[in-house]
Amino acid sequence: MAADREERRFAEVSRDSVKLMAESAGLELGDEVAALLAEDVCYRLREAAQSSAQFMRHAKRKKLTVDDFNKALRWSNVEAICGYGAQDAMLFRSVKEGELFFVEDRDINLIELALATNIPKGCAETMVRANVAYLDGKGNVGPQGTVPAAVQSLSDDLLKYYQQITRAILGEDPHLMKVALQDLQSNSKIAALLPYFVYVISGVKSVSHDLEQLNRLLHMVKSLVQNPYLYLGSYVRSLVSSVMYCILEPLAASINPLNDHWTLRDYAALLLSHIFWTHGDLVSGLYRQILLSLQKVLSDPVRPLCSHYGAVVGLHALGWKAVERVLFPHLPAYWANLQAVLDDYSVSNAQVKADGHKVYGAILVAVERLLKMKALSLPQPAEGCSSSQPGCLAGPMGYRVSSPGLSPPPEPLAEAGLGIASHLQAGGAGCQWEEWSPVPLPAMYSELYSFFGDSLAVRFSTEQSFGGFSPCTPSHFRETRKEPLGHVSNPDTTRKMPQLTANLNISPRQDGSPRTDPPPPSLAATGSVRSLARSSMQRSRASSSRSGQRSIGLSRDVFPKARFTSPHSGPPTFSFVIGGRQMGRRCQGRRPFQTIFVPTPPPPVVLPRVYTHKLPVIGRVCKPLRRWTRSHYSLHLPL
Amino acid sequence: MNFKKAGLDSCPLTLGSTDQSEGSILRSRWFPFFNFAHAQFIFKMAAVQGGMVDAKDELDIKSEPPSDGFGNSNANDGRLLSSSPGAGTGGTATGNNKPAPGPPEEQQTLLAVLQFLKKSKLAESAEILRREAGLPEDALDPKGTDASGSGPGLAAGSGQVDGVDASSLLSRVTVSSSAAAQAPKKAAAGEDQPDVSVVLSAYSQQGDPSLYDAYYSGLKRFIESVLDCHRAELSQLFYPLFVHMYLELVYNNNESVAKAFFEKFSGDQECYYEQDLRILSSLTKKEHMKGNETLLDFRTSKFVLRISRDSYQLLKRHLQERQNNQIWNIIQEHLYIDIFDGMPRSKSQIDAMSGSLAGEARREANKAKVFYGLLKEPEIELPLDDEDEEAENEEGKPKKKKPKKDSMGSKSKKQDPNAPLQTRIPLPELKDSDKLDKIMYMKESTKRIRLGSDNLPSICFYTFLNAYQGLTAVDVTDDSSLIAGGFADSTVRVWSVTPKKLRKVKSAADLNLIDKESDDVLERIMDEKTASELKILYGHSGPVYGISFSPDRNYLLSSSEDGTIRLWSLQTFTCLVGYKGHNYPVWDTQFSPYGYYFVSGGHDRVARLWATDHYQPLRIFAGHLADITCTRFHPNSNYVATGSSDRTIRLWDVLNGNCVRIFTGHKGPIHALAFSPNGKFLASGATDGRVLLWDIGHGLMVGELKGHTDTIYSLRFSRDGEILASGSMDNTVRLWDAMKAFDDLETDDFTAATGHIHLQDNSQELLLGTYMTKSTPVLHLHFTRRNLLLAAGAYNP
Repeated sequence: MAADREERRFAEVSRDSVKLMAESAGLELGDEVAALLAEDVCYRLREAAQSSAQFMRHAKRKKLTVDDFNKALRWSNVEAICGYGAQDAMLFRSVKEGELFFVEDRDINLIELALATNIPKGCAETMVRANVAYLDGKGNVGPQGTVPAAVQSLSDDLLKYYQQITRAILGEDPHLMKVALQDLQSNSKIAALLPYFVYVISGVKSVSHDLEQLNRLLHMVKSLVQNPYLYLGSYVRSLVSSVMYCILEPLAASINPLNDHWTLRDYAALLLSHIFWTHGDLVSGLYRQILLSLQKVLSDPVRPLCSHYGAVVGLHALGWKAVERVLFPHLPAYWANLQAVLDDYSVSNAQVKADGHKVYGAILVAVERLLKMKALSLPQPAEGCSSSQPGCLAGPMGYRVSSPGLSPPPEPLAEAGLGIASHLQAGGAGCQWEEWSPVPLPAMYSELYSFFGDSLAVRFSTEQSFGGFSPCTPSHFRETRKEPLGHVSNPDTTRKMPQLTANLNISPRQDGSPRTDPPPPSLAATGSVRSLARSSMQRSRASSSRSGQRSIGLSRDVFPKARFTSPHSGPPTFSFVIGGRQMGRRCQGRRPFQTIFVPTPPPPVVLPRVYTHKLPVIGRVCKPLRRWTRSHYSLHLPL
Repeated sequence: MNFKKAGLDSCPLTLGSTDQSEGSILRSRWFPFFNFAHAQFIFKMAAVQGGMVDAKDELDIKSEPPSDGFGNSNANDGRLLSSSPGAGTGGTATGNNKPAPGPPEEQQTLLAVLQFLKKSKLAESAEILRREAGLPEDALDPKGTDASGSGPGLAAGSGQVDGVDASSLLSRVTVSSSAAAQAPKKAAAGEDQPDVSVVLSAYSQQGDPSLYDAYYSGLKRFIESVLDCHRAELSQLFYPLFVHMYLELVYNNNESVAKAFFEKFSGDQECYYEQDLRILSSLTKKEHMKGNETLLDFRTSKFVLRISRDSYQLLKRHLQERQNNQIWNIIQEHLYIDIFDGMPRSKSQIDAMSGSLAGEARREANKAKVFYGLLKEPEIELPLDDEDEEAENEEGKPKKKKPKKDSMGSKSKKQDPNAPLQTRIPLPELKDSDKLDKIMYMKESTKRIRLGSDNLPSICFYTFLNAYQGLTAVDVTDDSSLIAGGFADSTVRVWSVTPKKLRKVKSAADLNLIDKESDDVLERIMDEKTASELKILYGHSGPVYGISFSPDRNYLLSSSEDGTIRLWSLQTFTCLVGYKGHNYPVWDTQFSPYGYYFVSGGHDRVARLWATDHYQPLRIFAGHLADITCTRFHPNSNYVATGSSDRTIRLWDVLNGNCVRIFTGHKGPIHALAFSPNGKFLASGATDGRVLLWDIGHGLMVGELKGHTDTIYSLRFSRDGEILASGSMDNTVRLWDAMKAFDDLETDDFTAATGHIHLQDNSQELLLGTYMTKSTPVLHLHFTRRNLLLAAGAYNP
């Protein structure tokens, strides 16, 4: 009857039904009478349905109940129909033979009911609960995750949500997956589900044969990481290990050369760096751990080349400092192995060789980036000091946000890079603040050149370093303007500020790890002694010498040296010219590249400084969601 | 602090001395009302004699007060009838004194009564009635009635309505026009009496049924061929013509022709008539027509069309050329064409205003002057120190001295030119506690947040959990300290949302024991043992559809499906009064902002104005053609707005019971109304998911807010009127920029005179925010005194 409202065509009570009814009441009806009655019954039913809809509307419901209908009957002076008030749907049965339809009406054993021991609990008391749903017309501010996730029991709808989401993400429908990921990324109420999702993601090991599934899980990681309402806490470690698995492990899927596991690794590496830059501060020593494990893989010759590739890409994604610290020192040793693979022209080796080319390309990209960033960082201290000193804010922020050696993603990652949501990167400021060290760039360059020869796309010319980042800054501004509301001040930053400024003074050799939880001294002490030593010694002397220790305390002399180098690299400093389309075709390895030296007039020097002043003000300092800025793509531009 | 106030005193004698002195004459002056009832009764009796007794009528009869007036003199009858048409002209025409032709249905009513009187050999009464109503001697010839004869004498009693002394409000009952028309409508439902079914017989004269199709398509072709500017206007004719022709066919037992006619042309009708068409389509038998209320509405009220003179001439010429008498007759008999001079209206203009059950409002209907301004704030004379002390006593917390008084005084000094006289209707005097509350209010309002498009309110949601019984109504006190819910299981539940628990007053025996002189007597009378967060009020025997707190938080009203309105004391948490009179489900009720009065409306299509200390209504507002679904008091308490399932909103004058505004434009039953705090505007929400904004002074639609996807059940303006919040069945709260919506108005004289509106579709600009709930329909919205938005609803898993 409820359906009557919706449909034009009304349900009809047939003449036969009326006759049957009459018969059951002991009456015999003629056809005509029955027809008339049937029509009248139909009309009355509709009338009652229409007026019962009114009761439904006033009860503020969307569902017409038996109660509503009975009320309508009552007000039209018809006796109410009793016995159908239950909430459950009524079973409507048919008897095939008699073409009879009826509502099932089972006998209830009253004695059983009365003596039943499982007395139903009374339903919970009606109550009013107040919650501030929207504060100042914005967002759901209900504190999420205040209850420890483990203790919090899942409500039914959360459970349902979880099932739907996992099903959608791991299912077949790409559109559904997109929707699910989108929601995962923006839903503010899923804190309680985080452990479950992390658990699902940790299932990467069981699906290593299925690239598609791995990819989906990585996307899930990305969504979780990007959800601004989630506090990942110690789950970061678990997520990172899942991602690392995808980067480093010789996946079952990579046995088949047709499977494009390279893209997966690239994407995972990008994701790793993303997690790391945004949530790296949640777990202490994470950076070190990652570097160590990458290094371990890289130094293990038994591992397949695809693992090596993953390590290189991972290092690359973590930033040029990581490359400098781990890859560069390791390169001579590794180079020998790789060379052997590449020089083997036997047919049986073809596949391995192709993989070797991949690794070669990845290394090339990484070191080019390293060279570029290094060269960029060189002139900075002189300029950076003047600009960032007055506005102290510029320092820490630039540091945190733009970070030390952000490396460009390898090209295949470009499409993935888009997925990584926007962030406001105080690009210029960051670079300026970073004064890595006056490493003798020429020495490094010459060493790398000895390996790669002309394949090394980076060339030094006379252009100033802004070439790299100035084009990116306008885009920052555009973004800034687009989402001014997004700025939520992060107490984290302000808390860290003093610490970082202190670093500036005491330990300018602060290495490339972003958001370092351990303050620099401890970092140096605990961790990468080796790499620090390496880099320092590179700085101290020319290419080949690889020995010698250096204490951290010496870092004070960085400034004078920096100042020394900057005039050295002076107005006609380095600029980079991209050698070719090498990035896109890494497999083609050592392809001859053109070598061009383009002396270009230096652009106005004021430009970056202007931005330096502005950026801190505009920059958003909450959990920064990163986007690789255009500056980093400068290497990709084919000439 | 007087003890009496808080005590068990059930009737709030808030009107003070004037009321007391009036008391003695009150009874005698109440006669008119009882006479109305009497007349209705007589009328019903006619129905009873006719044989078939409709159950509804029976109920009606039983409910009428048995105490008075059954055997009353003829003079009383005369008085009733003279007052009725008077109000009638007031309701539909410009002024009370302007003689306007009475609608034929009124005449028919009168005739029916007259005939009954004759039959009952009450010759004298009949004579008086005939004289008073100005009916001709041979008025009882049924054929003569449906002619649109203008009864000049109908205006006879109209003057009486004017010049009502304020104090006489309580003693006079005016029944407006259709109250009288109401009776036959209901009565006709079940009877076959030829003299009353004369209404139906209007359909008996007809042409060849097979030609109806041709007539209609001929007109259709003509309208489609005219110039664009006229086409939109003339297209308005389609729907009423279609319905009337269909009904004529059905009435004359041409079932198959009628069905074919419906099939062929129902698709052409505007989509917003779909619901009515659905009802129509189910109706194919003459027998069914008698009980169908929708049909009765069509017959008893003329469908109003607004057409420019040019278009009308065009139509007239066409019909005359074609000798199309059938259509011409229908137009003459069942349509009211409101002709205006000037440019024809565009399609969008027409669509904006149409959609109601009976077409648009006649222009004269919205011409009456409405005093929409606010009343002067009463000045609080109490010395400041005293107030503070008392406030301290009552609230138990110290307060700072405040220089509020000056600011308040200066604010309320100026009299709004549009405001009614302070004494236009008698309002209760302020009690001490009211004054304290006013002071609290002033204090709170200084802390009020100024809202605007860039400063949206925070929203706090009160979720009713485990409301298996079905939450049907919610109200929150003005100071947001209590929340009450009406449930489908007939209970009313009151919660305290502050830490202060709800306590009952001690029993009479215990009250005798306490020291009445003590300072904290108000504290002492409360029974600590009964303190709880929730109190349940039992008494109704049907779902509670409307509840309302009194402004002083001492009372709660609830209206229910059982046909009663109950007044509950929030001191004792018991029922004080059950107001009977509606006899059908009462959909909504609301207290006046000044307390004492309240309004209710229900399934019987009338709204009633009550005073808490009278068990009979003071006014009956009749005129809606379908259920009254929601009722709201104007902030100045002089007017009442009612929304109805006939898709119109009417504004009624409390003083004389006249309908002063009819707003059409909604395409579905109206379920929410809200006056802007300055009293100038009205917002209405309906099942069509749209919010419409109305300028009360000019009687114009001034805005349309589209966005909701389901019925709007609650509307509320922020305290300063900058923001309009709407809550809906679609589980969202939406905020609209009311300031912008009203600022952008250009109500030039032309628009005001013609009532032609140009609405630009700027809903998206005005929509400030959409806020989702978790599967919780929003049943109520409330701005606290500091402009925090409270929303309430029951979680529907």
